[in-house]
Amino acid sequence: MSADIALWLAQDGITNGAIYALLALALLLVFSVTRVIFVPQGEFISYAALSLALLQAGQLPGVVYVLVGGGLVAAAFDAAAAVRDRALRRLPTILAGYVLLPCAIAALAWWAAPRKVDLVWQVLLVIGLVVPLGPIVYRIAYQPLANASILVLFIASMAVHYALSGLGLVFFGGEGLRSASFSDARFKLGVIEASAQSLWVIFASVVVMLVLWVFFGRSLYGKALRATAVNRVGARLVGIRTELAGSLSFLLAAFIGTVSGILISPITTIYYDTGFLIGLKGFVGAILGGMASYPLAVAGAVVLGLLEAYASFWSSAFKETIVFAIIIPPLVWLSLRSRHVEEEEEE
Amino acid sequence: MKLKLASLALAAGLAATTAHAEITVGVSLGITGPGASLGVHYRNAYQLVPKTLGGEPVRYIILDDASDPTNAAKNARKLVAEDKVDVLMGSNGVPSAVQMAQVAAEAKTPIMVLTPANLTPQVLHWSFIVPQTTELMMGAIAAQLKARGAKTVGYIGFSDTWGDLVYKALDSHAAASGYQIVTNERYARADTSVTGQVLRIISVNPDAVVVGGSGTGGALPHVALVERGYKKPIYHNHGTVNAEFIKVGGKAVAGAVAVTGPLIVPEELPDSFATRAVSLEFTKRYESTFGAGSRNAFAGYAYDGVLILNAAVPEALKKAKPGTAEFREALRAALENVRNVVGTHGVYNMNATNHNGLDERARVLVYVDGGSWRLMK
Repeated sequence: MSADIALWLAQDGITNGAIYALLALALLLVFSVTRVIFVPQGEFISYAALSLALLQAGQLPGVVYVLVGGGLVAAAFDAAAAVRDRALRRLPTILAGYVLLPCAIAALAWWAAPRKVDLVWQVLLVIGLVVPLGPIVYRIAYQPLANASILVLFIASMAVHYALSGLGLVFFGGEGLRSASFSDARFKLGVIEASAQSLWVIFASVVVMLVLWVFFGRSLYGKALRATAVNRVGARLVGIRTELAGSLSFLLAAFIGTVSGILISPITTIYYDTGFLIGLKGFVGAILGGMASYPLAVAGAVVLGLLEAYASFWSSAFKETIVFAIIIPPLVWLSLRSRHVEEEEEE
Repeated sequence: MKLKLASLALAAGLAATTAHAEITVGVSLGITGPGASLGVHYRNAYQLVPKTLGGEPVRYIILDDASDPTNAAKNARKLVAEDKVDVLMGSNGVPSAVQMAQVAAEAKTPIMVLTPANLTPQVLHWSFIVPQTTELMMGAIAAQLKARGAKTVGYIGFSDTWGDLVYKALDSHAAASGYQIVTNERYARADTSVTGQVLRIISVNPDAVVVGGSGTGGALPHVALVERGYKKPIYHNHGTVNAEFIKVGGKAVAGAVAVTGPLIVPEELPDSFATRAVSLEFTKRYESTFGAGSRNAFAGYAYDGVLILNAAVPEALKKAKPGTAEFREALRAALENVRNVVGTHGVYNMNATNHNGLDERARVLVYVDGGSWRLMK
């Protein structure tokens, strides 16, 4: 392998690693705040990527039906809880948040889709369509189970994954789609040629990570999320509502998933089930970070991306095997290092 | 009251047994799951098939196996045990089809296999493979390679049975056509990048590259090779030929050459071409029902399977009634002797040693030009 092949592979590995790093962050965030192993993270990627490709083709993406339908179901749940608690003054906010907002976004999408608006507006529209699915999924599937054990939440995640991926097949069809690049420019950096799209990926990933860092460090909501992650009961005692924390973490996870989907959609063909595998590799990155530390998760994900790139050169038939087998050494090391503590669930 | 009920039940039961000699065909397809993009086309064909087989009414039971071989085997068992089908058809993934064929052989039921597959002789006794063999199709590619004087050929294909089948077929023609396969790179269907594999191929710089993908998955290595500056010819196999491949590949796949069945370009076939009439009629009906540009090879396989059955059923009906073991054996024997059945893909001539029956009339070379597949003259 010559030096420039090594550099090509490194560039490819870092681009993929940036996406895996974003996903690892999202998975870690959701896990630490809500103890949910969020397998459907990959579905947000597929939905966002396919919606962008469909908007570019001038068609209305089927996500609008999932958004409106999901919003109605979540509104029904919340309304039932409000009626049961005799707190009817909550109903207008529920209606506004879960019914009117999704319907407004869906109407906007229905109006804008055939007009093939500029890329910027299409990206914003996709964000508007897919990101609200995060809190909606949380309200429907996870909030009722908020006190269940991690295993039950994981099984709920698998169910949500199958439901969303089945809906993805219904609305997007079985064939893959690609969208046009943000820009076709190529830059020469020394000996390698980097495409503008991969630079966009790395740039956007870094920006998202910085924004998250500032959010968690400086803003009130970010600190509330961190508090819930450290100790849920303690957070409730100081007045942080767990539903708010859960909803917010799912909103952030959906946002990260949507951004990842929009970024990789021009680079590769996305099918309705591609997101699952990408999310799984993000999960491997999070495990390499010990499922506890954000910087380690990012580092682990980038290492994973590089490993995948070099493995695909050296031994492409075993690439997937290698990529998933590197979960084992950190897990063995972690379990040998920590003493076994019984899960601290009293319920 | 009880007597009335009992006599009504008896009448209904008698009516059921004196029903027409209805033929039951059990189909298992991967309509969801990774093979969904192909499975949907197979299923669509069943909306266009004739309503009778050999003059008798036919009932199709179509089940979804989610592209999972275990489910395919389960579906096949259910179809033979509970629904007592006379013949099976399926599936759209090679591992699923192999599983179904094994169940069919155990249950002594003939099966029309809808993907190319390598089967053991006991299983092949009951299996009739509708699509062209990979050897037949890659033979056209090998002839092209020989005509261009290519001495080294790079291969990149799926890391599953389909990639293996295409590689083996390409290899079987290597010695006779004077080329050598120098790389055997693989990638998974869901992969987002094949940079490493493509760099490996480019560092070896073969005279041509053959891609063993299928559907839009075949576009990924082609686009990656072109992006990295590979200028020599890139060939594809018959699993890649559909409109979505061109849509996804964009400008990068212009000029890609593939081998496929004649039903992809029936308008351009010469009038003397054996399957022109059948291919043209089927493609027209398919596109008027499912949209312009939706033509594909997979619906043709299902349709051809039914056409072959249509030719074999009259012979079998002379010997036994549908729904009996004798009928299934008679149908098997009749299928083994079909002669000159003109399908959308080719002309089928089966015999005891050849359960596929296609020859060179079942393949044409096509290339991508101006956003669609054109016949290579």
